[in-house]
Amino acid sequence: MSLTETKTEKIDGWNRPPVIVPDGEGELLEVAMGPHHPSTHGVFRMDLALDGERVVRLKPVFGYLHRNHEKIAEQASYLASMPYTDRLDYMCPLTNNWAYALAVEKLAAQEVPERAQYIRVILGELTRIQNHASSIGFLIQEMGASGTPLMYAFKEREKILDLFESLTGSRMMCNYMRFGGCRVDVSTAWLDAARKVIAGLPQFVDEFEALLSSNEILMARCQGVGILRPDLAVNAGVTGPMLRASGVDYDIRKVDHYGIYDRFKFRVPLGDHGDVYDRYMVRILEIRESIKIVEQALKEIPGGPIMDAKAKIRGFRPKPGEAYGRIEAPKGELGFYLISDGGPNPYRYRVRPPSLINLTVLEDMCLGSNVADVVLIFGSVDIVLGEVDR
Amino acid sequence: MKTVEEIKAAIEAAVPGAGVEFVRNPGPAAEHSLRVAPASAVAVATFLRDDADLALDFLSNVSGVDWPDKEIAEKVKVTRTVTKTVDGVEQQMEETVDETRKRIEPGCLEAVYHLYSVAKKHGPLVIRMKTANRSDQVELPSFTPVWRSAEFQEREVFDLYGIIFAGHPDLRRLLMWEGFKDHPMRKDYVEPDDYEYEHVLARAQEHKNRDQRTEIRDQGPGVA
Repeated sequence: MSLTETKTEKIDGWNRPPVIVPDGEGELLEVAMGPHHPSTHGVFRMDLALDGERVVRLKPVFGYLHRNHEKIAEQASYLASMPYTDRLDYMCPLTNNWAYALAVEKLAAQEVPERAQYIRVILGELTRIQNHASSIGFLIQEMGASGTPLMYAFKEREKILDLFESLTGSRMMCNYMRFGGCRVDVSTAWLDAARKVIAGLPQFVDEFEALLSSNEILMARCQGVGILRPDLAVNAGVTGPMLRASGVDYDIRKVDHYGIYDRFKFRVPLGDHGDVYDRYMVRILEIRESIKIVEQALKEIPGGPIMDAKAKIRGFRPKPGEAYGRIEAPKGELGFYLISDGGPNPYRYRVRPPSLINLTVLEDMCLGSNVADVVLIFGSVDIVLGEVDR
Repeated sequence: MKTVEEIKAAIEAAVPGAGVEFVRNPGPAAEHSLRVAPASAVAVATFLRDDADLALDFLSNVSGVDWPDKEIAEKVKVTRTVTKTVDGVEQQMEETVDETRKRIEPGCLEAVYHLYSVAKKHGPLVIRMKTANRSDQVELPSFTPVWRSAEFQEREVFDLYGIIFAGHPDLRRLLMWEGFKDHPMRKDYVEPDDYEYEHVLARAQEHKNRDQRTEIRDQGPGVA
């Protein structure tokens, strides 16, 4: 099958997806992939136009899980939205909590005590580890390796979720952070349990990598597939491991130094080619870096209060103004934009969802590839529909 | 990074007649912003992206904000001449009274953009644009040609707030379904009692008006 590919990447000066002209033999086949396709991580639809097996056009369709999270949050008090942020990216509730808490703390100029900052870092990085492990597991499941690698990943994820459960009372709907600190203190026993889990993690990553990284099938399926150019990635607002896999050095933990990230030694892994394999590899390396951060944080964690003494729980009314707080969530830049009019509810509450914005370039990455690769490219973006549709 | 005032001066030097206005953020975050006139917005955005010092190549976040019409009650001192009877004699007197006057401050829709620089690792710069009103003049220029990341986010703002982004390549609803009429994130949006129920009514109406001559009905009982 020959395809006449026209290089029209910058019509009218903007990064439009390239136009692929079919070779003219036969008709285009229009396929609605999803919303109940097993590879779509939930309810997501891609409207594909196929020329034989090649993708000529791809339009993502959203909104199947839309419940207008932002409107609900504007009708509730600031604190009442905290448990609801768990439901955005339900794989990583604690980073969602953190991003929201960070934005409100910025809005109200609220300090956070030392110990709470350390707890946040430990939980945030544990969240990153379990998110990356399971997203790699899903990716490999979509490659056809049904079950086994995913179960290896989930075995480790389960240990981390057990830690979350023993601390917050819930595996996935943690509702743990508060404006000015955290809800409950970690015990010595919990810290020991966390140390034990962390001590076992490098071995898990080694094992995982020994099985996968130089696996011939994985390399054949992933390398050179779904390439994302770095200039397009920046222009399209792609963030997180996807941006770094394209070789762009941008990690908000390093750029903004939010929380206490400037105290820890860690590196930012970067990719070279921007293909699916690089995204896989960047996630593996990020797990290793996160393990280092948690180890350092567990070593240095000080005593003291976990809530700021001046933090207001009841009658919380920030002064009029606005603030945008963002963190490096496992999937990319998770931001909250809040406008306060001095009332008990936010006047405007906006979530900047990394999953949705990373999908902007899905069409660009998929055009010209096979349908089977679309599943793979889509899996390598790592999205959660709870956050995409909000 | 330069301060917001310096950026304003730089924009005014580069784009003549840019119409940039400084908007102070009264809160403790103190992230001040620049309001850009829609007419010159794309030129300003292109300058912000391509300027070597600023290099704001990364548009992080696009939010819509709804500012409904506000009824403002003001107390005004009014001096008027009244006729009063003092000691049996009618007199013309000047009297000052407080009068409450109500005026309606027209609302608008606003689009807020948070810009960062990946190359220089600085930010954010907040720029905003507002529409003339909330009903018929809701058009703003699209930033999608400048920053591709606005593509889905402007579609979302169009969907939920009803701002029409001129120059957007594919302005369709993003989250609500096709055929949905309203804009749910607006402050005055009233949601229907029950979406399901409304569908039932429409379907019942359809059923009532249907063509009665169907094959099965005419066959009657006794047909296998």
